[in-house]
Amino acid sequence: MASKLLTRVRTVPARLGYPRLLSPTLAAFAPSRLLSDAAAAAAGAGDSPPASASPAPRPSGSSGKLEHNAGSSSVHSSLKDPELAKFSAIADTWWDSEGPFKPLHRMNPTRLAFIRSTLCRHFGKDPSSARPFEGLKVVDVGCGGGILSEPLARMGASVTGVDAVDKNIKIARIHADLDPVTSTIEYCCTTAEKLVEEQRKFDAVISLEVIEHVADPAEFCKSLAALTIPEGAIVISTINRSMRAYATAIVAAEYLLRWLPKGTHQWSSFLTPEELALILQRSSISVKEMAGFVYNPLTGRWSLSDDVGVNFIAFGTKNSQ
Amino acid sequence: MRFSRCAGTSVRSNRCPAGAGCGSAPFRMSPFPVDFRASLGRGLALILSCGSRRRFIAKSLAANLGGQRVRSRCLCGAAAAAGASSSIRGPNHGQEGQCSGTGVAQYDVAVVGGGMVGMAFACSLASMPLTKNLNIAIIDSNPALVNGIRINKEDPPDPRVSTITPATISMFRDIGAWQYLQQYRHAYFDKMQVWDYTGLGYTRYHARDVDKDSLGCVVENKVLQSSLLLCIQNADIQKKIFPSRLVSMSLNPGLKSKRMDGISPEISRGDLTKLQLNDGTCLYAKLVVGADGSKSQVRELAGFKTTGWNYSQNAIICTVEHASENRCAWQRFLPAGPIALLPVGDNFSNIVWTMNPKEALDRKSMTEADFVKTVNHALDHGFGPHPTSSLLGNGNFFSWFRAGVVTSGDGGFEIPPKVLKLASERMVFPLSLRHANDYVSKHVALIGDAAHTVHPLAGQGVNLGFGDAFALSRVIGEAIAVGMDIGEVSLLKKYEAERKPANIAMMAILDGFQKAYSVDFGPLNILRAAGLHAANYISPLKRRIISYASGEQRLPLFS
Repeated sequence: MASKLLTRVRTVPARLGYPRLLSPTLAAFAPSRLLSDAAAAAAGAGDSPPASASPAPRPSGSSGKLEHNAGSSSVHSSLKDPELAKFSAIADTWWDSEGPFKPLHRMNPTRLAFIRSTLCRHFGKDPSSARPFEGLKVVDVGCGGGILSEPLARMGASVTGVDAVDKNIKIARIHADLDPVTSTIEYCCTTAEKLVEEQRKFDAVISLEVIEHVADPAEFCKSLAALTIPEGAIVISTINRSMRAYATAIVAAEYLLRWLPKGTHQWSSFLTPEELALILQRSSISVKEMAGFVYNPLTGRWSLSDDVGVNFIAFGTKNSQ
Repeated sequence: MRFSRCAGTSVRSNRCPAGAGCGSAPFRMSPFPVDFRASLGRGLALILSCGSRRRFIAKSLAANLGGQRVRSRCLCGAAAAAGASSSIRGPNHGQEGQCSGTGVAQYDVAVVGGGMVGMAFACSLASMPLTKNLNIAIIDSNPALVNGIRINKEDPPDPRVSTITPATISMFRDIGAWQYLQQYRHAYFDKMQVWDYTGLGYTRYHARDVDKDSLGCVVENKVLQSSLLLCIQNADIQKKIFPSRLVSMSLNPGLKSKRMDGISPEISRGDLTKLQLNDGTCLYAKLVVGADGSKSQVRELAGFKTTGWNYSQNAIICTVEHASENRCAWQRFLPAGPIALLPVGDNFSNIVWTMNPKEALDRKSMTEADFVKTVNHALDHGFGPHPTSSLLGNGNFFSWFRAGVVTSGDGGFEIPPKVLKLASERMVFPLSLRHANDYVSKHVALIGDAAHTVHPLAGQGVNLGFGDAFALSRVIGEAIAVGMDIGEVSLLKKYEAERKPANIAMMAILDGFQKAYSVDFGPLNILRAAGLHAANYISPLKRRIISYASGEQRLPLFS
C-alpha cells in the first residue's frame, strides 16, 4: 500500500513536468507551463481560472521584463537578438531531457503512443509509417515549450501550437526552428476562444493537462469542439477527482513536498472520467477511448493502463451533425 | 592483405605499422560456451553456488561499474598498453571551420565505420518501416565499400572468420542479408567438444540437446561484410557512403555555442553534430553511431572513457585442410591457452590458437610442416593424455545429479580430425579486453567493438556487436513512432540500458574464463575438470549453457 501511494505521489509532479530538484532559476520557470495552460484555457473559456489569481514567480532580471514587452499577437517579428540569446538559454533547459524537466520528457512518449494509436485508427493511417499524421491539421492547445507539438510535427502533422503566455511561445519557436521538420510548426500566442473567433478548423484538437485549470470546463470543451471538423478527433488529458488524486496531486505535491505552489490545483475543479465524458457529449463529442497513466518508479517509465484513478487521457470524435 | 575489416576499421587501417598485429579481435571464433567454462574456472563452487559467482563478476567489473575509474592492468608490458590506448589523430585534425560554408549535407544518422557491425546497423534501419526513411551516411575509408568485395569461391577460406549464433542468424534473416550470405561458403556445426590437457574432463554438446538443427555457423568475415554490403546496396533507403576517415566531430553545436548576432542561418542546424572527414568533406548528423572498432575514433572524440586491459596472450589464426569434412567445433585447453578447430566448409577448418607472444612468434615463423605437426600434437595427446570418461576412476561422482535427468551425453570422447596441411598464411593478434564506461551521450552512440572488445575466444564478440546494432535500430524505431528526436539522450539511454548488462556479463565471463585457464595448478585443474563433467551430465545446466552461448538468453546461468 505504501509503495503504491509512493508511486502515486511521484506521478503527479512528473505528469505536470515539474522538476523534482528545483534550481532557483528553474523554479521561476516551472510554473509558467502550468499557468500558460491555465491562461490559455481560461481565455478560451472566457473566465478567470483559480490558478491565475496567484501570479507566477517572475524569473529574475530582464527575463521577467520580457513578459511585459510581450505582445499578445504572433511572436515571429518580436525576436530580437538579445532576447534570442536569453530565450535560447531557457529553451535549452526546458528541452534538456536529462534536466529538471526530465519527468515530463519521460511521460511524453506514453502520451504520444496513445495519440498515435487512436488517431491512426480513427483517420485510417498506416501505424507502421514513420509519418502517419501526414495531411492532418492538429492544434495543441496549451502547448507550453512545444514538448508535444514537435513530436506531432515529426509524425507528419501540420501543427499549430497555441499558448496564452508569450514567453512559452518564444521558447517553443526557437526550439522548433532548430530542426527543419519542426520549423513548420505554427506557434501563436493566443487562446482557443480566439481561434474559434477566427473560424479555424482542425482535424484533431489536443489539449493535455489544461482542462483542470479551467473555470468552466463545459465552455472550454465547446471551444475545443468548435475548432474540430465534423468527424474530427479530440484528445484531452487531466487528473481524476479521486481521493488518490487529492492525496498525491494536492496534499503531497503542494503541501508536503512543495513541488508545486500551494493552490496550483483545486481538487474540486478536477473532473472524473464520467464527468469529462458527459461534458464532451454535450459539446457533441463522443468519447471513444480512455486510458490511465501509471508510473513505475523502478524503471522510471510510464505506461498506459486501465487505471484511470489519477491521470487519464481521453480520445473522442466530433459527431458529424 | 588488409587487416581486420571486421568491425568498422576506418580508423585502424592507417595505423598499423606492423600490418597484421595491432588490431584487436579481428576474428570471433570459437563458439564454445565459455560461460560455463568461466564458472568452472572458479571451481565447482561456482556451479553449486550462485553467490560466489556473483562476487566474481562484481569483482571483475568493479572498474566498469564504478564509472570513471579507469584501471589499466597490463600484463604484457608498457609497450603493448601504449599501443592499445594510443590516441588516434588524423593528419588533418584541426582544420575545423574550413567547410563551414553553406550547402553542407545533412543526415539523420552518420554511421562511422562500415565494418560488419556498422553495416548490420544500417541494414537493420533499412529493413524496418519506421526507420527506412532515415537518411544515412556511412563513413569508412575502406575502398571495398565503394568498389564491392570480390569473393572467389574457389579460394580457400580466409582465416578471419566469425562464429555466428542462431540469434544472429535470425537477425540476418530479418534484415534481409541472409539470402546473400547463403550464396557463399558458410559452415553449420551441430556438435562441439571441449576438453583440457590434464586429461581429467571433457564435455560434448549436440544441437539436439536444445532441439536445434545447429549450434551456430562459421562464416568468413569477408562473406559477412559482403552480404551486408549487398543488402544495403539493394535496400530502398537514402544512403551515401563516404570513403574517408573521420577527423573531428563537434558535438552539440547547439544553442549555447551559437553567436547571437543576428539570426544566422546556422541556427537552423542547431541540434546537429558536425563531422569533418580527412578529405575535407563536412557533414551534419542528428545521430552519430560509432561502429569503428576497438580503437574507435568516435569514442575518443566524444570523450568516452574505457576500462580494460591486455592479456599477455596472442592468438594465431589460420585455415587448415583435412582429408574429409569436419562438422564439429573443437576446443582444447592447453597450458598456455586454448586451441580451437572450427569447421569452415568443404574440407577446411579454422584454427584459433592462444598462446604467449613468444610462442606465437615461433609458431608463426616455423615451417608449414612443423606447424601442422604442432597443431596435430596440440589437438591430440600433446601436453597430456586424452580424458577418460570418468573423473575419479568411475563414473559415479556425479551420479547423484543424474537422478531423474536424461543424460544428454553424446557418446564418448573423440579425437579431432587430423590436419593435413596449411591453407592460408598464419596471422598473429594480441588479445585484450576493453569496455566503454558509457555507450551513449547526446547525439552519439557506440556499437560493437567501439563499445566493448571482448576476449576473442568467445566467438561472442561480433554477436554482441550485432546484438547492439539490432537493439539500437529498434530503439530508434520506437522513438520515431512517438515522434522523438533521434539524437535524444533519453532515447539512447534506453539502448544502453538494454545492452550494457548483457555485454558486461559476457565480458566478465570471458575474462574469468581466460584467467582460470591461464593458471596451471593441480587442484584447480581438478575442479575445472569436475566442472566439465558436471556440465556434461546435468542436462538442464547444459541446455542453459548452449542457449546462452547461442545468443538466446540475455543473462547467464542462475539469473
